[in-house]
Amino acid sequence: MIKRIKEAISSFFANIFNTKKHIRLGLYGPPNGGKSTLANKITKDWLGEEMSSVSRIPHETREIHQKEKVTIKAGSKKLTFNLIDTPGIATKIDYEDFMKFKMNAKDAKERAKEATKGVIEAIRWLDNMDAVVIVLDSTKNPYSQVNITILGNLAARNIPVLIAANKIDLRKSDVNKIQSAFPQYKVLGISAERGDNIEDFYKSLFKVVK
Amino acid sequence: MLTLQYIPHTELQNMESEDKIRKLLNLVKSDRILLVEGRLKPSEETALIERTMEMIDKKFKGIEIGTIYAEKKNIQPYELLKKQFLQFLGYREGITIIGPASIVKEIKRDPNKIELLTRDSKRRKK
Repeated sequence: MIKRIKEAISSFFANIFNTKKHIRLGLYGPPNGGKSTLANKITKDWLGEEMSSVSRIPHETREIHQKEKVTIKAGSKKLTFNLIDTPGIATKIDYEDFMKFKMNAKDAKERAKEATKGVIEAIRWLDNMDAVVIVLDSTKNPYSQVNITILGNLAARNIPVLIAANKIDLRKSDVNKIQSAFPQYKVLGISAERGDNIEDFYKSLFKVVK
Repeated sequence: MLTLQYIPHTELQNMESEDKIRKLLNLVKSDRILLVEGRLKPSEETALIERTMEMIDKKFKGIEIGTIYAEKKNIQPYELLKKQFLQFLGYREGITIIGPASIVKEIKRDPNKIELLTRDSKRRKK
């Protein structure tokens, strides 16, 4: 009872001061789309520290990383959320692919094993999300089944979605192709690495997380 | 030689999701490329990925999957009702291709055609 009263008071004051309660904002997408780079950009901008390691080798993130109480601001508005960086979702994992990056067989097999667990964990966390940013590599074909599957599951759960078409600093980037593949969603071109369009990205988060 | 197996909707429609996924994965693990009439539900697609991840080992590297179906933009209300009713009965529209990643290198959809790229047989024998 006391807990409920506390929550009601907290919610009342949060509304007065135009802040939202902590929501869980997940970064989802296929491997190497730039989820961890975006997570680092967000936490670096608003907390002054990075939260995930990044690598050109796929499946660098093999477990859920969570940063609590990230508060972003736009004008007089504030939005506080727990940021969740998830492992890339894939339908196949071949340890030999990691060996192409000069990784030895033992490490490659271990990475593959951890990566399979990471994919399962990412899928299971879908139910815990209040809003999701799908991070796609805008230089790649967006019509992959993984993208369609993630979006289909979020739609079935009524979870709001923003698509970040990442890597717009690269020559092959094609944001329009992503927008035409998913016309029912807001698609925003960004470069998480260089920070291009990141202010618009932050503003868009306020619209997605209503 | 590649083996393509057609799975009509009637073969899966009365099965529980878990049984459906087990059947599909067992066929894929026996090196068949499946042409499944219709689509899986979103929850079945994620369950298929989860089960696939659990099965990955030295021999089985996972799956490639792709679906293609006609997406009408400006759907009339009666068409939407019809579509929702049919979805209630099962996602019969379109076709789903599922193959073992050791044979199917990539399934490309772009957006009204689907291309299936296979690995060369030398690599498959590894």
